[in-house]
Amino acid sequence: MQVSITVNGQQRTDEVEPRLLLAHYLRETCGLTATNIGCDSTSCGACTVVVDGLSVKSCTVLAAQADGAQVTTLEGLAGSDGELHPVQAAFRAEHGLQCGFCTSGMVMAAIGVLADNPDPTDREVREGLEGNLCRCTGYHNIVRAVRTAAQAGPAAGQVPQAQEVVQ
Amino acid sequence: MIPAPFEYVKVASVDEALSALAEHGEDAKLLAGGHSLLPIMKLRLAIPSALIDISGIADLSYVRVEGDGADAIVAIGAGTRHYELERDEVARAEVPMLPHVAGRVGDPQVRHRGTIGGTTAHSDPASDLPTALLALGGTVVLQGPGGRREVPVTEFWTGFFETAMSPDEMVVELRVPRTGSTGWGYEKFTRRENDWPIVAAAAVGSRGGGAGGPLRVALANMAGTVLRATATEEALAGGASIAEAAELADQGTSPGADMHADADYRRHLARLLTRRALETAAGAA
Ligand SMILES: Cc1cc2nc3c(=O)[nH]c(=O)nc-3n(C[C@H](O)[C@H](O)[C@H](O)COP(=O)(O)OP(=O)(O)OC[C@H]3O[C@@H](n4cnc5c(N)ncnc54)[C@H](O)[C@@H]3O)c2cc1C
Ligand code: FES
Ligand code: FES
Repeated sequence: MQVSITVNGQQRTDEVEPRLLLAHYLRETCGLTATNIGCDSTSCGACTVVVDGLSVKSCTVLAAQADGAQVTTLEGLAGSDGELHPVQAAFRAEHGLQCGFCTSGMVMAAIGVLADNPDPTDREVREGLEGNLCRCTGYHNIVRAVRTAAQAGPAAGQVPQAQEVVQ
Repeated sequence: MIPAPFEYVKVASVDEALSALAEHGEDAKLLAGGHSLLPIMKLRLAIPSALIDISGIADLSYVRVEGDGADAIVAIGAGTRHYELERDEVARAEVPMLPHVAGRVGDPQVRHRGTIGGTTAHSDPASDLPTALLALGGTVVLQGPGGRREVPVTEFWTGFFETAMSPDEMVVELRVPRTGSTGWGYEKFTRRENDWPIVAAAAVGSRGGGAGGPLRVALANMAGTVLRATATEEALAGGASIAEAAELADQGTSPGADMHADADYRRHLARLLTRRALETAAGAA
């Protein structure tokens, strides 16, 4: 079947099998490998991307279900001049990663948390990231990074494409 | 993990969904949020021949009040996603237990996809919203080739992954009596915050009855279906204290054992969570 999906602002049309998962579509069809597959069972959040403004686990969404949607991956966050998204910048500044495997999913989920709640408490960040596992950091620096990102204002809770999508 | 091949059909209306179901036969499955179905398809525990994607049916997503006064009903479209219900202002005012419980399902990413119709149709005894719906009362609205029919929630969940719905029907709406300011409590026990309940208890109503009805208690994961704690309810109606009545909460249940809890521990949790849910309901009344 054919799907037309806008990935990181660029519309593309691909011939896919109905059973192709969005995570595999992004990694293999689009060649965007920042989106990691960890558990492959909706538990770890490593595969989190933003679809039409909402964080989702792409290992549990069919590419077919994203037909017509706007999908943002980690690759779509930084500006064309390389300027990092506020959440990316805060993860770097606050040492919110060690091995980095969970990081792309954490950053995408954190954007979702900030979209919902622009100035969350530590507890609210932890609850908002309950679907994302990190085996390295112990979460403290991740929580700090998200709170630091919140200081950047509304941009921290937005993906570049979502600004065009919203209503 | 990759699902076995299937045909994918996207539909735009309930009528289209029903004719696709008729056309593709019993091996076809409806796909809503996909957050119960896709995981089991990836494990090849389900191998449907066709998926009929109903998530694009726009007019299946709503929360509205019908009627007024004591008979008012809150109608919730089957396609309403958990995060939409969690934030819905009408639901928060008219039946506050439901948006609260929607917010306790899984994690934000799961709530962005899963629907109330999907969790209702799936009939997992360890699910949150069905437990709340069973305590609240009301009906599941099914639509099939013969039109619409309403099944009381007390008769809808018939077994593990089994319901009173026939294969040519779909859930289109949940109808819940308005509870307004009536007291309620929801207690969910998990080891990890984003998990299904090991046991959960939902309580709603008040001793005197009144607009919100008498006290009802429903339990998750204490049998093959979500179920009402009838012994507790009867004891409360007979004047027992909350502590006394909650001690009966595991009567008539048949909890299983797994890596999280054995049956006795589940029975203990059912009694404890029932007491806490009832105390919260009584305190807020
Ligand atoms: C990581 C994770 C954590 C979770 N945690 C919890 C939790 O804590 N508590 C909890 O209760 N649930 C939990 N869930 C389950 C979640 O709530 C699911 O979204 C829900 O059970 C199914 O809804 P869905 O819309 O995704 O249905 P789908 O997966 O699309 O469908 C489920 C079943 O229902 C059928 N169906 C769907 N819609 C209809 C309809 N309108 N009419 C008839 N049949 C229909 C499908 O054919 C399928 O058989 C979790 C899921 C995941 C992946
Ligand atoms: S890979 Fe999708 S949640 Fe773990
Ligand atoms: S940084 Fe290694 S898993 Fe999170």
